Amino acid sequence: MLTKRIIPCLDIKNGRTVKGVNFVDLRDAGDPVELAEIYAKTGADELVFLDISATEEGRRTLADLVLRVAEKVNIPFTVGGGISSVEDVDILLQNGADKVSINSSAVKNPQLINDLVAKFGSQCIVVAIDAKEIDGEWIVHLVGGKVPTKLNLFNWAKEVEERGAGEILFTSMNHDGTKNGFANEALAKLSTELNIPIIASGGAGKISHFTDTFIDGKADAALAASVFHFKEISIKELKEELHRNAIPVRL
Amino acid sequence: MKIVIIDYGAGNIQSIKFAIQRLGYEAVLSHDVKEIKEADKVIFPGVGEASSAMKKLRASKLDSIIPELKQPVLGICLGMQLMCKSSQEGNTLGLGIFDVEVVKFPKTVKVPQIGWNQISNLKSKLFKEVKENEHIYLVHSYYAPVCKETIAQSDYAINYSAALQKDNFFGTQFHPEKSSLVGERILKNFLVHIN
Repeated sequence: MLTKRIIPCLDIKNGRTVKGVNFVDLRDAGDPVELAEIYAKTGADELVFLDISATEEGRRTLADLVLRVAEKVNIPFTVGGGISSVEDVDILLQNGADKVSINSSAVKNPQLINDLVAKFGSQCIVVAIDAKEIDGEWIVHLVGGKVPTKLNLFNWAKEVEERGAGEILFTSMNHDGTKNGFANEALAKLSTELNIPIIASGGAGKISHFTDTFIDGKADAALAASVFHFKEISIKELKEELHRNAIPVRL
Repeated sequence: MKIVIIDYGAGNIQSIKFAIQRLGYEAVLSHDVKEIKEADKVIFPGVGEASSAMKKLRASKLDSIIPELKQPVLGICLGMQLMCKSSQEGNTLGLGIFDVEVVKFPKTVKVPQIGWNQISNLKSKLFKEVKENEHIYLVHSYYAPVCKETIAQSDYAINYSAALQKDNFFGTQFHPEKSSLVGERILKNFLVHIN
């Protein structure tokens, strides 16, 4: 049976992890490779590296980082952040990334999704969507949720699927950082209306939030950062609890 | 041991090279016919779309070389699918090694299947010391139905072939190089226990 995935997300700047992580067993708390190896060993199903470097030099560091991660890590990983061309994706996949995630560049140029799918296949193209619920309507936002677009979340998600994306990573800006749980109503709607996997993101605070997003939110995978980095939730305990709730997981 | 990963411009071959490296072996990426023929073990990777991958194989004449290979060959993901008779993806003929037609998952499940599923009915040395129902990582929209060459099954909408074998040819729909310790064991079995 296909299992639900648990995905820690690492924010990367100039090849280093940002947002402190609270891993006493790390020799170098800023080294994404070391952190990734620990997550791979402790039951993460997949990893996401989100690059927030603002400079060209930072981006080049990312390609090197991908190569170093691929060398050490025996689970799949996705790389996102600032990817805007076929060439960007080519180098990341060549260096060993399993999937790439695009966000703003897809909104600005939706044809990019088709181009990437044609060249690399649906299976490695994830479209990340940040959205905020304003007066009852879910509006797609850019630049980490700061800039609103005119796009409705569900219409955009449908278009993304039609253009061939293999997966959607949906972050609710209303829930992100609150630790009050995922946006399960919107997630369930996405999961029902679309026929590609949906990754839930934004709002993880405790173990029951994951149970809820898999049951009520019908999510295929759940992503979180700080609850894992600060060891508020151990992936092992999380998966055992999911298993007790009859949610299929890889133990 | 000389291990060659066939490099024909389709796939995440770096990950396979690294996975073999983690097992203590070195693999060479090559599209050179002589080098491929002389290898002790050949790995045939592939991600992406079936008909365009077949075009690349035909362009480099690898489509006639691969079925003639005598040493153990392991096709991974699209590599395995291309070793079948045909694929619905882009309506293409395959290499015809496995006598099965690759078809698309029905709309009753999410497509592509992405994630960790289980393997069962294990029937080969490829799975030495691998337990029934272990989890492996897959990403695919098309599958090979269960057939006489099936050596492992997985379940997604239906039971399908998670791995195939005919003579010296092996194929896994899953990615051993991304399937954690279980995948490492399977890759190691291919390198050490399949001769």
